[in-house]
Amino acid sequence: MTRSTTKARNTVEIRTTADDHRIAKLAALAIGLHLAEAIIPSPLPGVKPGIANIVTLYVLYRFDFATAAWVSLLRVFASSLLMGNFLSPTFVLSLAGAVISLFTLAFGAKLSKRWFSPISLSILAAFAHIAGQLLVVRLWLIPHAGIAYLIPVFTAAALIFGLVNGLIAAKLLAANR
Amino acid sequence: MSSWKTCPKPLPGDWIVISAGLLLVAMLFLTLWHGEHAAKLRIRQGNSIYATLSLDQERTLDIRGPLGNTRIVIHQGQVRFVSSPCRNQYCVHQGWLSRAGQVAICLPNQVSLELLGARKNYDSLNY
Repeated sequence: MTRSTTKARNTVEIRTTADDHRIAKLAALAIGLHLAEAIIPSPLPGVKPGIANIVTLYVLYRFDFATAAWVSLLRVFASSLLMGNFLSPTFVLSLAGAVISLFTLAFGAKLSKRWFSPISLSILAAFAHIAGQLLVVRLWLIPHAGIAYLIPVFTAAALIFGLVNGLIAAKLLAANR
Repeated sequence: MSSWKTCPKPLPGDWIVISAGLLLVAMLFLTLWHGEHAAKLRIRQGNSIYATLSLDQERTLDIRGPLGNTRIVIHQGQVRFVSSPCRNQYCVHQGWLSRAGQVAICLPNQVSLELLGARKNYDSLNY
């Protein structure tokens, strides 16, 4: 073995790029918001502001879709590990919501920027999020019509929180132009 | 950094999305939250309909399931599980049902109650 190879023999070196660092920083911010939100009591399980999604939206506009997807999914995985519900129903609900929101954002990003601001994307993503979660609940957790009564409440919350998060994201993007 | 007092202006497309969202929420409230009083009760046992009864009667029924007898009571236009041989008693704890579309299910004993209005609003009860 030559001298140059022995130098890095005991450590696995992962080369990181500036992109990786940026994703890590933004994901950390999203995780922080997610955990802070977990402390806030909710009148109904499942009704949450979803303030971490402000970060996802911000990243989508400031960088690109791939970065936003990384930040969103890292947030879901890391937050569930930190809160101890990894692979539990809570985690699956969170992941389903995030994945479907990301699909919606991927399509939403193609909408004309002259007509649709982050507010639209935030509302659409919020609706997608709750739709994904309700689908999981219906197909897996509570396989009967019992939750139909709660659907109007969930969608109303999605509209309100989607709007507020969208306004905040639009404000942040305008402020840090 | 711009002043935090100014609010970002929604674009025309945003107003469309907001309006469509409001419409969707309103429609969901109207279809799923109408307080229509139920007229009829449909009891299912296993895979078959056990009986479809009017709620305008005072009646106690014992329905035989795999675990034993489930007792339900119809009283003043309402219905409830009174006793059930199941372990968790979710069905009994659900209490009185009175509005169309409401459902109570005892999965262990395979008995379900579904309240029907004058017309059926959604068909989504399946095992």
